[in-house]
Amino acid sequence: MSETAPDLKQCFQLKSANVSMTALELYFYDETDFESTLRDKISQAPGFFRDIPLIISLEKYEGLTSELDFFKIIGSCRRHNIHVIGVRGGDDDQRRLARGASLALFPAGSQRNGPAPQADGPGQPATSTAEPEPVTVAETVSAATPARIISQPVRSGQQVYAPEGDLIILAPVQAGAEVLAAGNIHVYGPLRGRALAGIHGAESARVFCQSLEAELVSIAGHYKISEDLQDNGWKSAVQIQLRDDMLVVTPLDRA
Amino acid sequence: MARIIVVTSGKGGVGKTTTSASISTGLAKRGHKTVVIDFDVGLRNLDLIMNCERRVVYDFVNVIQGEASLNQALIRDKRVDTLYILPASQTREKEALTREGVEKVINELSETFDYIVCDSPAGIEHGALMALYYADEAIVVTNPEVSSVRDSDRILGILQSKSRRAEMGLDPVREHLLLTRYNPARVEKGEMLSVADVEEILAIPLLGVIPESQVVLNASNQGVPVILEAESDAGQAYDDAVARLLGEEREHRFMTAQKKGFFSRMFKGG
Repeated sequence: MSETAPDLKQCFQLKSANVSMTALELYFYDETDFESTLRDKISQAPGFFRDIPLIISLEKYEGLTSELDFFKIIGSCRRHNIHVIGVRGGDDDQRRLARGASLALFPAGSQRNGPAPQADGPGQPATSTAEPEPVTVAETVSAATPARIISQPVRSGQQVYAPEGDLIILAPVQAGAEVLAAGNIHVYGPLRGRALAGIHGAESARVFCQSLEAELVSIAGHYKISEDLQDNGWKSAVQIQLRDDMLVVTPLDRA
Repeated sequence: MARIIVVTSGKGGVGKTTTSASISTGLAKRGHKTVVIDFDVGLRNLDLIMNCERRVVYDFVNVIQGEASLNQALIRDKRVDTLYILPASQTREKEALTREGVEKVINELSETFDYIVCDSPAGIEHGALMALYYADEAIVVTNPEVSSVRDSDRILGILQSKSRRAEMGLDPVREHLLLTRYNPARVEKGEMLSVADVEEILAIPLLGVIPESQVVLNASNQGVPVILEAESDAGQAYDDAVARLLGEEREHRFMTAQKKGFFSRMFKGG
């Protein structure tokens, strides 16, 4: 998402990047088990694993923290040309160990079993540059990700995020609220806040809403602000999609 | 167990304290033992509106810090004998309201009171968060203008994410919309949002509409909760709101402009 104007004086500029990565969901750690499972997985698709970045996901780790040995994990992976770059989730002790092994720390991803993590506080949209981006999990055994469904209004200051699939909201998205999804966003109510679909770069993602009153709509980093949305389909049911790098608004009854 | 009701808004000056005073007085007048707590540490006003400022000895913060007992700090209303006021401290910092301290006081009050009305300070900072944290119900006071509606929306989001009920995964806080300073004549001229506009944006049930009225100001200045001005539109509107809060069905009034005698009616109670 390139919303900040380039500053020519600077040596470089920090940009947010959306990179698809593989997460290794660790349930427990045993050096030999790990090694043999890894070898087994790689033998199924040797090309896929060559030189890929890997994230260790600790969200479902059930073993003892003392059994975790990131140096050994990194070593095992390195032998197979897999680069462990960081950990996701985990408790404070586990994250301390990870940091000790020079791994990057990623926030815990979607909590599939817990209550909806509705961030409160000013939105940290994909427009802020230096934020670590949540990681897309290209799970090796991929099932279709279920859509995240929200039936309460998304209020000003709240942020709702579907990191892996579609986001469906059966209520208004209020001014000052922000909804983000890796896939499509459906709002069965007025869309008054910001909607960012395809945040990991899916250019085929679309935004659907019952009434377009948005502050901003973005698809795969291409965005339009309220001012530029007024002329077409404002306050009516529309879909918004990306065509030739341009956001196109189409009334739903003519779709 | 007492029902804990927070009166909140996000925005300042919309009528939270006026509403707290009237709602608590209305509940007490119907025989429910009610206490109203001023959470606005440092900017205490409730005691003025309740006309008990000259009887404040100890306050909420004194009780939290163990410098006074609850009984020493509670002020009994002179008009309605089932109504008590717990004033805010004027000199302390807002941070004096700790979550544990507030919980202790609310638990103790819960044992003897039917209703605990929490008068929230404006904003979304510590004081406001403490006022809404233990709430079972929220009365969101909103003026019919965009910035107030936006702030109410914000506070509704906070109720859903930062209240005790939200944090513990209990039933959500019950939300009520109270529209204050409503002027039907100005709505007709398009100078104010209508009830329907606000309801449509906030999408929560309407508890009542309090018409803009000189009576409200006069009553505040005299230290009389406006609900006791039974002749006035605003007083009756608050009475309706209390009835609805208690589950009674009442038709909404004062939502259309009076063609004749509107101002005379407004001033009669004042």
